[in-house]
Amino acid sequence: MEMNCPIPYMDTDCVLLGHGSGGRLSHQLIRDIFYPAFRNPLLEQDHDGCVFPVEAGRLAYSTDSFVVNPVFFPGGNIGDLAINGTVNDLACCGAAPLYLTAGFILEEGLPLTDLQRIVKSMQTAAETAGVKIAAGDTKVVERGKCDKIFINTSGIGIVPEGVNIAPSRVAPGDSVICSGDIGVHGIAILSARESLGFETNLKSDTAALNKMIAQLVQSIREVHVLRDPTRGGVGTTLNEIAASANVAIELNEASLPVPEPVRAASEILGLDPLFIANEGIVLLILPEKYADEALSILRRFPEGANARPIGQVLTTGKALVKLKTIYGNNRIVSMLAGDQLPRIC
Amino acid sequence: MQYVDDYRNSDRIRILVQAIRKEAVHPWQIMEICGGQTHTIARYRIEEMLPPTLGILHGPGCPVCVTPESIIDHALEIAARPEVIFTSFGDMMRVPGSHTDLLHLKACGADVRMLYSPLDALVLAENHPEKEVVFFAIGFETTAPVHLMALKEAERKGLKNFSLLCSLFAVPPAIEMILSQPDHKIDGFLIAGHVCAITGNEAYHAPATRYRRPMIVTGFEPVDILYGIYKCIRQLERKEARVENAYKRAVAENGNPEARQLMEEALEPVGREWRGIGLIPASGFALREIFSAYNAEKKFPYKGQTKTHASAVKGEKHCIAGEIMKGNKQVSDCRYFATACNPQQPFGAPMVSAEGVCAAYYHYQ
Repeated sequence: MEMNCPIPYMDTDCVLLGHGSGGRLSHQLIRDIFYPAFRNPLLEQDHDGCVFPVEAGRLAYSTDSFVVNPVFFPGGNIGDLAINGTVNDLACCGAAPLYLTAGFILEEGLPLTDLQRIVKSMQTAAETAGVKIAAGDTKVVERGKCDKIFINTSGIGIVPEGVNIAPSRVAPGDSVICSGDIGVHGIAILSARESLGFETNLKSDTAALNKMIAQLVQSIREVHVLRDPTRGGVGTTLNEIAASANVAIELNEASLPVPEPVRAASEILGLDPLFIANEGIVLLILPEKYADEALSILRRFPEGANARPIGQVLTTGKALVKLKTIYGNNRIVSMLAGDQLPRIC
Repeated sequence: MQYVDDYRNSDRIRILVQAIRKEAVHPWQIMEICGGQTHTIARYRIEEMLPPTLGILHGPGCPVCVTPESIIDHALEIAARPEVIFTSFGDMMRVPGSHTDLLHLKACGADVRMLYSPLDALVLAENHPEKEVVFFAIGFETTAPVHLMALKEAERKGLKNFSLLCSLFAVPPAIEMILSQPDHKIDGFLIAGHVCAITGNEAYHAPATRYRRPMIVTGFEPVDILYGIYKCIRQLERKEARVENAYKRAVAENGNPEARQLMEEALEPVGREWRGIGLIPASGFALREIFSAYNAEKKFPYKGQTKTHASAVKGEKHCIAGEIMKGNKQVSDCRYFATACNPQQPFGAPMVSAEGVCAAYYHYQ
C-alpha cells in the first residue's frame, strides 16, 4: 500500500477520522451531506440542540439503533430502516411522530458516496413519513472498530387525546390482526448476505406505517395494542404482549400471511417465519367487534393491503402464545433462546 | 412448495391417522431414528394424533447431540488459533465443550463463521490464502458426501489451506447397539430416509431379521412419518419383521452409488464415542490416510491445553439424554426438563440443537 498521501484532505472520497473531529472536515461533512438532505429551521438553529414549542398533551419518546449487515439490501438500506424504525415505534405508541434525531457512527474508510446514498434515503423516508430531523451527531471510529456505519435515531411524537395504547388493556376475546406479510425483511437481508449464496426476489418491507396507524387510532379509539414485530418476529412480539398483559394468545396457522418465497427460504434454511424480522408490518390487538373496521382501514393503505386476522386473545389460560395448527391441534410458540439457528439435516 | 405441501396435507393426515387407528390392536413402541423426524413429530404434535397405545421413542439421530465433548474441545482449540478461520453449521455453534462453546469463542475474538455448506468454506479458503480454513464436518451418512465433495474440490483446485474436522457417524451400528440392550422396549424402527438415500437399505436387512424388528425407511414430513408408522404397525400386527421402503420418492434400494463410492474412497470406519451413550464400535467414519492433508485432526493435533476441569455444562451429570436416545426413557421422565434445563442453560446437547429431542419438545411443548 502507498503510504505517502498526496491527496489533500478536502478532496477525499471516503470518511476520515477527521470527519468526526468537530473541526473543518466535520463541518464540511455537515455542509455537503447532512444539511442539504435534512435542512429545516430546527436544524438551522446551529446549536448544541434545538428548541421548539410543544402543545399541551402527551408526548411519546422512543429510540432505536441500527447496525444492519449488509448496509444496502434489496428494498432499502440502513438509512430507510433508521427513519422508519423510530417512526413506527412512535406510531405504535399511538403517537403522530414529529421530530427525530440522528446519531451516526462511521467507520473510517466508508465511501462518501455510500454515506450520501444512505442520507438521501433517510431524507426520502423522513419526507414520506412527514417527520423532520431536528438534531444530529457524527462520530468516526478507526477502521475495524465498527462495521461501515451504525445509526441511532430517537424521536418524539404527540399522542392524540383519547388514544391509549397499552398492553395492560389487552382483554380476553380481543382479536389479533397482522397488517401484512410475515418474514419478508429477514429473508431479504439473509439473501443479501454473501456467505449464503442463495437468491430470492424478495425486497425488504421497510416502510413508515404512521399514516396508516394514525387513521386507525383516529377511527377506533379502542385499539389496545400496536406493535411492529421487528427483531424476533411475530412470535417474540406476541410472547412479550402475552407476558405483560398476562393473557393467552392463540394464533391460527392457516391464517398467517407467510408469502411463498418466505416459506420456501425458511424451509431450506430451517427457520420459522414466526421468528423472522419484519420492518413494514404492525400487529394490533383490539376488541373483536372492531376487527372488521380495522381491517378495512388497513387495507386502504398499500402497506396494509394484505392485512388479516391471525388470532385471538383467549378467555382463560396462563400467559403464553399457542398456535392452532392446520391439523387442528395446538402447539406452543415459545420465545427463542438466541438467534434462530439453522437445522442441518 | 407444492412438493412439501402435499406431504403436509390435512386430508392425507386424517386418512392415515384413521388407517393407523384401525390397524393398531396391540400396544407398540416405535423409535424414530433421525433428529429431523423427531422435530416433525414434536412440531406437528403427531403423538397426539395416534392412539394412546402407541408410543414413540426418540433415537440418537441428531449428529449435533451425539458429537462427543472431546471433538468439540478439539474444535475449540483449533478455532482459537490465530491463523484459522473456523467454519461450522449453525447448530454446532452453541453446543458446549468442556469449558466453552464456539459462539463464546467468537465473541472473544476467534474467527468463527456459521455456514450453510462446506462448499462455502472452500470459497473462503480460496479468498483467504493466508488463512487456514477448517470446516467442522459433522453428520451421518447423509451429510458425509457433501463434506467429501468439498474435499475433492479442494484437491482438484490444489488448495492447501482447507481441512475438515470430522465428526461423522454411521446409523446401523447405533441401531444394533440399541437392540442389543437386553431390556430395550423398542418394537419397530422408522429408519432415516435421508441416510438411506445415500447408503441404500442393505445394511438394515440383517438387524431386522436378527432382532425381529420391522425397519421402515421413512421421510420427514408429517404424511411421511404417519405413513412410516402405519407400515410399521401393519408389520407388527402381522408378526412380520423386514425392511420396507415408505419413502420411495427419495430412496432407491441401493442408495446413491456415486455418493457411496466417494465415501468408500475417502472414509474408513472407526469406533466413535456418542455423547451421552458411549463408545460404539465401527460407528464413525474417519478420513483415510491418503487424505491426511485435509484432515484437521492431523493437521492441528489436539494438545488439550484449553481444557479446564470446570464443565461448562453444569448439569450434564443429571442429563438423561443418553437413556432417551437409547429408547429407555422419555423426555417426560426428566425432572429437569424445561425447568433447570432449558435452551438458555442446557444440561445436555439435545437441549441445544434444533433437532435435539429436548429442544424439539421444549419449543413445541
